Amino acid sequence: MTESVPANPELNLNPKEQEFINAKSYLLTCSTSTGYNLYDHISSVLTKVLDQRPDNVVDIFEDISKETKRSKFTSDVDTVQDKIDQSTEVTLAKVQEKLFKKQGGEDEEGQQEEENDTPLPNLMELAFYFEQGGIGLGREETYRIWLALKDLVDHHPLQHARFWGKIYGTEQNYIVAEVEYREGGEEEEEEQEEEEAQEEDANEKEEGEGEEEGEGAEDDIPKPDWKPPPVVPKEANRSGTNKKTYFVCNEPGKSWSKLPPITPAQVSCARKIKKFLTGRLDAPVVSYPPFPGNEANYLRAQISRISAGTHISPLGFYQFDEEEEEEEEEGAARENFVENVEYEGIPVRELADPGLQNWVHHVMHILPQGRCVWFNTVQKQEDDFEDEEEEEEREEPDEPEPEVGPPLLTPLSEDVEVEGMPPWTPKLSSNLVPQYAISLMRSNLWPGAFAFAVNKKFENVYVGWGHKYAADNYSPPPIPAPMEEYSSGPEITEGEDPSPQEEEALRQAQMEAQEAAEEMEEAEEEEEEDD
Amino acid sequence: MEAESLHLEVDYVGSSGTILSPEQKAALQTSLVILKNNQKFNRVYYWGKILGVKDDYFIAQGIGKDEMNDKTTLYSKDCVNWNLLPPATDAMKKTSRLAKGRFTGDPSYEFEHVEVKKTYGENDEVQEEEETIPIKEEDRLASVISDIDNDVSIVPRAAFIKRPAGQVVKNRSFEGLTVQEAAKLSSYMHFRDAVKLNEKTLLQRANLDKAIDFLDIIEEDIPKGSWSLQFERGSGLVTLRSLLWLGYVFYHVPGTRKFGCVYTGTGEKNQDLPFML
Repeated sequence: MTESVPANPELNLNPKEQEFINAKSYLLTCSTSTGYNLYDHISSVLTKVLDQRPDNVVDIFEDISKETKRSKFTSDVDTVQDKIDQSTEVTLAKVQEKLFKKQGGEDEEGQQEEENDTPLPNLMELAFYFEQGGIGLGREETYRIWLALKDLVDHHPLQHARFWGKIYGTEQNYIVAEVEYREGGEEEEEEQEEEEAQEEDANEKEEGEGEEEGEGAEDDIPKPDWKPPPVVPKEANRSGTNKKTYFVCNEPGKSWSKLPPITPAQVSCARKIKKFLTGRLDAPVVSYPPFPGNEANYLRAQISRISAGTHISPLGFYQFDEEEEEEEEEGAARENFVENVEYEGIPVRELADPGLQNWVHHVMHILPQGRCVWFNTVQKQEDDFEDEEEEEEREEPDEPEPEVGPPLLTPLSEDVEVEGMPPWTPKLSSNLVPQYAISLMRSNLWPGAFAFAVNKKFENVYVGWGHKYAADNYSPPPIPAPMEEYSSGPEITEGEDPSPQEEEALRQAQMEAQEAAEEMEEAEEEEEEDD
Repeated sequence: MEAESLHLEVDYVGSSGTILSPEQKAALQTSLVILKNNQKFNRVYYWGKILGVKDDYFIAQGIGKDEMNDKTTLYSKDCVNWNLLPPATDAMKKTSRLAKGRFTGDPSYEFEHVEVKKTYGENDEVQEEEETIPIKEEDRLASVISDIDNDVSIVPRAAFIKRPAGQVVKNRSFEGLTVQEAAKLSSYMHFRDAVKLNEKTLLQRANLDKAIDFLDIIEEDIPKGSWSLQFERGSGLVTLRSLLWLGYVFYHVPGTRKFGCVYTGTGEKNQDLPFML
């Protein structure tokens, strides 16, 4: 097109100039699809290159060209002006901002008193020690957790509080705080909750009864004579598995929620399943065998199991209370201990000894039953039965063997081996400066559980997925064998057909009997005649 | 995680429980520089840590010209002295998978796997032969690292480009994923030779950019849900944790070129994954 028509015939152009004009007009041809032309594009790309002057520009020339084309589609003028969409980052920062605000309105004297007697641990100091061993969550996050823990302590009547650890979920993570209420503190808080729960229970019961009646009227449905095994009652607050109360939150600064107390059924079921936590407390736990409760209960069960397995302290830090000991019956497991005032601290070298004698468990072992203190279920049955007849019919079950676990404050050297390897790995934090090193313990049974000790300080922490170590693959327990419909007996078993010989024998026997009877009759008749 | 920015970027994985003690950090900063110089690497990555029962292995990887295929793996027990690991061959990987249990921390330790072979002789007699296969811990370490790289090592989309000659290099124009992109699993790709890409139909491949989409995306991983994608600090940091290899963490700061990954774990694959979801 451009070749045939000279751009301007009146100007006397030499052929070179003519060619130049032809080429330029070709470059200025607009694309039929986008309406842009190459001349403008190259000039804007070159402007960009010369403005920015990147290194080795030839390598990224294509990208710059692409970027320039792309920028034509976005308008410079924002149609929605001054309306910034609040990103989640900002939302979270605003939530956490509250943590950093000092609570005003209180007298200074009052604050000082609190400071002296606060259950809040010095988390940063503990985190410092853990950091020496390459364990922890990073300083900023730990600090935020500390502030969140402070918030928890301020709003609840607590006697003890500590950062238990962090458990990962697939959607969100859990930050777990372990607390102990002051005397009576928990009861007050729980009263309201219980009342609500009871009301709900009552409603449910009514509904349940209604359903049963309806079924009975319609048809006689055979009822299975299977009776569920007796329910093992849960342990009371402040004892056994429910000794401590746990609060969790997803992010420091978000609200803390209290985990429900644990039942033995949940512990024993949690032992049989292996599931990832999601991060939502109300999420259902879909598993076989079915887990009694939702994720909050499962999380609580895992926390209990981990605490029982991995909370350790240096030997002699805790001791049994001698006064209490006398009061208690002999043979009963001791549940309580007190801090040893005379504890001097064990040299770090001895703590890191692979013999493990210098560390003890200070949380009670959970028995297979799911409780820390064994409960005799048979005893309870006999007390409860009002129907005496039924009780007589029932065979007296044998007195079950009480389950016994290792007592409190047992040294780690008594721990069972994990798949052929030691249950704990002791370590020194530094080989280069051993005189200032601290001793660290890593659990091999619960990967993610750690403890440190130096001088008179020690602490336990858990950072992990909340699962026990197993070298073999997990396989769900097999489903139980189907129940027998009837007890097998002669009434319902088919008899064997008699063989011909047996039939013959029977027939002969019958014949003989008949003959004998006839003879008898004849004899009687004769006798009558005689009379 | 790149060695140069290790001391800065290690904070991004702190919330996943991966932190280095001051001693380790200081030692790595020194020894990795020397390592890079001595071995003539283009780049050195801190790969992670494999926990053993008695001792831990720190792993570093050196990169030559090609980011994807020119890797050398080294291990150290004290973060100072680095030893070369043998390249993992297929035969080595196969036998290493038979080994059970945790790493011990001693590279010369030998795991033993007893294979029972059943042979049917005459008259249906079953003869059992026991064959013991020794597996050296160093070999197992090499193959586990190679397995992890192959299974879960990921990069954001467009962070690397493939040159026409087949070389894979960093994309200089990569400016990070946007927050919206970062929330999708389809924006992350396996950093290994594509396997599933070749199984796609021509129609599915029609819209792909050959320079960028030369890898498998992790959205198609089986089983579904084998990645846990979480935003931290609101949307200031995206973290992906692999549920298949527990301990593998990938991080990316949306809108920046910062991304990386680190593994801190026992070096055992989570075979129970299908039951746990």
